[in-house]
Amino acid sequence: MNLILKVWRQKNAADPGRFVTYQARDINEHMSFLEMLDVVNEDLIARGEDPIAFDSDCREGICGTCGFMINGIAHGPQRATTVCQLHMRHFKDGDELVLEPWRAAAFPVIKDLVVDRSAFDRIIQAGGYISVNTGSAPEANTIPVPKEHAERALDAAACIGCGACVAACPNASAMLFTAAKVAHLNLLPQGQPERFRRVRNMVAQHDAEGFGHCTNHGECEAVCPKQISLNFIALLNRELLRSALRG
Amino acid sequence: MAITAAPASAPIAYRVADEPLDGNVPDGPLEQKWERRRFEMKLVNPANRRRYTVIVVGSGLAGASAAASLGELGYNVKCFCYQDSPRRAHSIAAQGGINAAKNYRNDGDSVFRLFYDTIKGGDFRSREANVYRLAELSVNIIDQCVAQGVPFAREYGGLLDTRSFGGAQVSRTFYARGQTGQQLELGAYQALCRQIAAGTVTMYSRHEMLELVVVDGRARGIVTRDMVTGEIESHVADAVLLCTGGYGNVFYLSTNARGCNATAIWRAYKKGAAFANPCFTQIHPTCIPVSGDYQSKLTLMSESLRNDGRVWVPKRPGDTRPPNEIPEDERDYYLERKYPSFGNLAPRDIASRAAKEVCDEGRGVGPGGRGVYLDFSEAIQRLGVERIRERYGNLFEMYERITGEDPYKVPMRIYPAVHYTMGGLWVDYNLMSTIPGLFVGGEANFSDHGANRLGASALMQGLADGYFILPATIPNFLASVKPDGMKPDRPEFREAEAEVRQRIKTLLSINGSKSVDFFHRELGHVMWNNCGMARSDASLREALARIPEIREEFWRDVRVLGENEELNQSLERAGRVADFLELAELICLDAWHRTESCGSHFRVESQTEDGEALRDDEHFAYVAAWQYGGKDCPPILHKEPLHFEYVHLTVRSYK
Repeated sequence: MNLILKVWRQKNAADPGRFVTYQARDINEHMSFLEMLDVVNEDLIARGEDPIAFDSDCREGICGTCGFMINGIAHGPQRATTVCQLHMRHFKDGDELVLEPWRAAAFPVIKDLVVDRSAFDRIIQAGGYISVNTGSAPEANTIPVPKEHAERALDAAACIGCGACVAACPNASAMLFTAAKVAHLNLLPQGQPERFRRVRNMVAQHDAEGFGHCTNHGECEAVCPKQISLNFIALLNRELLRSALRG
Repeated sequence: MAITAAPASAPIAYRVADEPLDGNVPDGPLEQKWERRRFEMKLVNPANRRRYTVIVVGSGLAGASAAASLGELGYNVKCFCYQDSPRRAHSIAAQGGINAAKNYRNDGDSVFRLFYDTIKGGDFRSREANVYRLAELSVNIIDQCVAQGVPFAREYGGLLDTRSFGGAQVSRTFYARGQTGQQLELGAYQALCRQIAAGTVTMYSRHEMLELVVVDGRARGIVTRDMVTGEIESHVADAVLLCTGGYGNVFYLSTNARGCNATAIWRAYKKGAAFANPCFTQIHPTCIPVSGDYQSKLTLMSESLRNDGRVWVPKRPGDTRPPNEIPEDERDYYLERKYPSFGNLAPRDIASRAAKEVCDEGRGVGPGGRGVYLDFSEAIQRLGVERIRERYGNLFEMYERITGEDPYKVPMRIYPAVHYTMGGLWVDYNLMSTIPGLFVGGEANFSDHGANRLGASALMQGLADGYFILPATIPNFLASVKPDGMKPDRPEFREAEAEVRQRIKTLLSINGSKSVDFFHRELGHVMWNNCGMARSDASLREALARIPEIREEFWRDVRVLGENEELNQSLERAGRVADFLELAELICLDAWHRTESCGSHFRVESQTEDGEALRDDEHFAYVAAWQYGGKDCPPILHKEPLHFEYVHLTVRSYK
């Protein structure tokens, strides 16, 4: 199949950037979207043009490195799928696709489709951990964890930190990302001692990074490749309220 | 050191060191060695620790856990990763699980049994003392991870659940759905984040190590490139730790991430660190088959699937009927047939070779005939769809996304692919390389898996190294040196920076006609065909002739566009492929010199009557540690003899 790509090209953070149109020819339906871009890039290199920069690493949907907008949808049209796992069989000959980086003040563009997501690391640094030094852990089966709690914590912990939730949100809020980590740790008995400090500090860092507030649009849940539930934001809000009441 | 030349008749050049290499293993009974070493080791006063700087390169399980643990102890740690966040290191992609000798199942497991399974699984080519320590520490790892909030699978009573993995008859693998690596990596990443917030660790993301700096015979720092600005920087330290993963991408197609590379360990090799057993590369039996030339990577389907999936091919060659039309008696469940006691859970090297064998007989399935079925229909009948979905749901979804086929309805098609490298930089019992002050952890070292790694052992090794071994052995080294406030204006640093800049300048100025990926693919073809699942004198000679030709062409005709002072992904890849083009030759040389078969290393000249690997313990019960011989000079082979006091060398049988 042949496709028309309108790709955001931006040399660096200072460059205003613009869309450039490319043709993707003889694309095989078994290719992943990123393999299609590899082919386009090989073609650009052969012609002496700068290849399109995009992030990717594991290419099996788990590292969270890849991601950009395809026709306005984070990670493209297939639900619960990162762009590296999106295959060309979901497109048809002649499709015109617009590729843009994640757009958010807290995610400055580095080049083309590559953005800086270090704000996520700083949110985790603010409290997304359990304080346990190496060597000080009790025997693993000392504290039983009900299966449903462990499973629910894992539902939240499945977040890959790709940033699609921020890109999809009209407010560029990172509440789904923050809530997923708060829920993962606060649902487990091991996370209880730091429960309230954690939620306060992480939300404060979230706001300081310039992410917007959550107004319950639900766009984040719709594009999340790991289908992290909006309910975790409700859980975060309850935890935040409780922490305020506790002073 | 006395050096003797290899036999004059050998047309392929290497030199052999006279004296054996010493692994620095403590004396005493096996079960007391680690305890004894820990007591012997010197300590650093807590008040003095922050005066020592430790560089950690890599933020996977080994790197992140070591950096966090050293930070907790109070050392000044600088941690580097090429990814945009330390959380994304490729440990995150491990699916199946992590072994630990907890014996929660009461099924006969013990530290000694895990030790024995691992030694046997590695086909008796690993160091007893290291493997025993690994098995011993496995139980502490689970405790540590649970305390960090890793959401392992639980039973209804709230206690930890386990499952079985290849090469073992007990159920000792702890897991978190098909995302065990992700959850363990996030645990280590969160511990690292806590230390970054505490100010003990400084994190450098999107930084790539391009050179190791050795001063007065000691590793004293690294040169890095900031992948966003192109800035070349020197970093000084009192010790350097490389946890940079494996080199499977030398085959181009592998289950590794796109960015996984050997540059850090290869630079260290060229600065004098010995490289051990480079030819021990693991081919994983259950990966999604190659679908076309455009393919950029191969995707693993977790070994845990072999708990419930049955592997088969049609009995008749050229049988093209769809799988559901092939009756039961015309199917060959070849693993169950050949290895009745382990069946579908035969170890990886054996299962991979068996798949290759049936495909070579023309009985492979799918396009090109390079595939076998992994069939869940019986398990679905026995346990119901829901149980199967609970166990493997995300893996089934991943399979469907990639292939467009629904494995609940039709059997998966799988084929072996390069997955893990047991070889790596040589380290002694303290995980220190042959360069004093240079430590190596995780997949980047060669230490524990011998000639074949068992499933769910990589996560165990990475975390044992990072949480428990290196935070003891690195301080022991630091206690023997004084912080001297060295600055990066030393000539050794200036020269290393100049070399890095020159190399980048050269790559950007060749302006040839072929892309970096073209050369990487070429190299991958040669490695897979000549040094893959079966290796022979002829295939290796051919590879050893061909690789220098590709390398020469690369440096003459590669096209790398753009400049250094920007995000330049072609330039990053070019540097890595240039190093793969050198490492590949050492891999083939090692494979050529080891004329026995063992584990993953199958020399067609050395097999039993029924086609199993035939070891030669008399001549090859050693670790082959290769030392760089200098530009245009052959490498030097150091042998570390392997002594087995607690296990008997036997023919490894899973029948």
